[in-house]
Amino acid sequence: MKQIKVLGSGCTKCTKTAELIDKLAQESGVHVNVTKETDPQVIMRYGVMSTPAVVIDEQLVHSGSIPHRDQVQTWLTQE
Amino acid sequence: MFAIFTQFADWLTYSIFGLSPDSKLGDAVHFFIEDVSKIYALLIVMIYVVALLRASLNVERVRDYLSGKNRGIGYLLGSGFGAITPFCSCSSIPVFLGFTSAGIPVGITMSFLLTSPLINEVAILLLMSLLGWKFTLLYVVIGISVGTLGGFFLDSIKAERWLQSFAAKALAQGQQNDQTNHSQTATAMPLAQRHEFAKDETLEIFSRVWKWVIIGVGLGAALHGFVPDGWIEQYLGDGQWWSVPAAVLLGIPLYSNATGVIPVMESLIINGLPIGTTLAFCMSTVAASFPEFILLKQVMQWRLLATVFLLLLVSFTAVGWIFNAFSSFL
Repeated sequence: MKQIKVLGSGCTKCTKTAELIDKLAQESGVHVNVTKETDPQVIMRYGVMSTPAVVIDEQLVHSGSIPHRDQVQTWLTQE
Repeated sequence: MFAIFTQFADWLTYSIFGLSPDSKLGDAVHFFIEDVSKIYALLIVMIYVVALLRASLNVERVRDYLSGKNRGIGYLLGSGFGAITPFCSCSSIPVFLGFTSAGIPVGITMSFLLTSPLINEVAILLLMSLLGWKFTLLYVVIGISVGTLGGFFLDSIKAERWLQSFAAKALAQGQQNDQTNHSQTATAMPLAQRHEFAKDETLEIFSRVWKWVIIGVGLGAALHGFVPDGWIEQYLGDGQWWSVPAAVLLGIPLYSNATGVIPVMESLIINGLPIGTTLAFCMSTVAASFPEFILLKQVMQWRLLATVFLLLLVSFTAVGWIFNAFSSFL
């Protein structure tokens, strides 16, 4: 199961990002565990400066905006 | 060029709503419709054009550029980049930590963060169209100065003493390993990608600010139609020294972004509020907001937080007094 973290200080964009990933994962039947990470120390450790950012299995894949649907789909289907 | 919005407001207010041009209500409604339609049209066009131009500028590149810059010019550069770099205020903590862990002095980082809410492309273009280029130039110069001097001041009192310990550690580490890893190389962005970015940006910003425009212009229209002519001038004119600090204090609990406050500025000035008092009020509304200051608590100790807050209040008051004193020369 993919461990997906959404990094961000809890603004609406971060919440939307987490919801989008959850929804698309459900639609395509992929099992994921989406968590939100709001601790600035942790965000700093990933070297992220623009939130929301997405980390999949400890790999930073995106930062600075709500990701596009297609982008999320690719992440979900990639092994 | 803007006459079309006046005609549109004429038509809607007088023909469709059947209000009389001489009534207070008709006046206020006309003002509201004209300004909202004008501002919406300007916003959409301008956000798109500006986003197209700055699509490849981001906080990561600014950090790489600023790290290792000498302090003298650093504050000015930090403040300047704060004005033009797109970034959402909810990212200010990660940006602060990103800059800090790259060894950039706290003062330069704060120059960036202080100027950022004060000046942005939307604010500049709105000011130009509503209040003219002279006022706009003035506003930009003041915004950059507040950021530059504020950053300089914070470093000269060694503000880094009052960071939270993990942030202070990150700063010390960043300053030790001086060689910056330039994470991204600037690559030319194809036009299609720029268009995609600009389209997203326009939708995103517009959906965030449209309600502020309604609130701002609504307040402006109420002032415009219902506050008696000369009332503001008589009671809040530049003869009253206390009106500037009062305006700054009043601005703290009110929180708006620059887009919403500019239409209010327009009507305050038209109604005779002195230019310095108006500037002080608006800067305080935009830059000194409690929710955002509380966020900074995560990286700063109370003492530093209070210092930054006071610094802002004092500088806005000073700006107000200076401009009231010299407004006759403008």
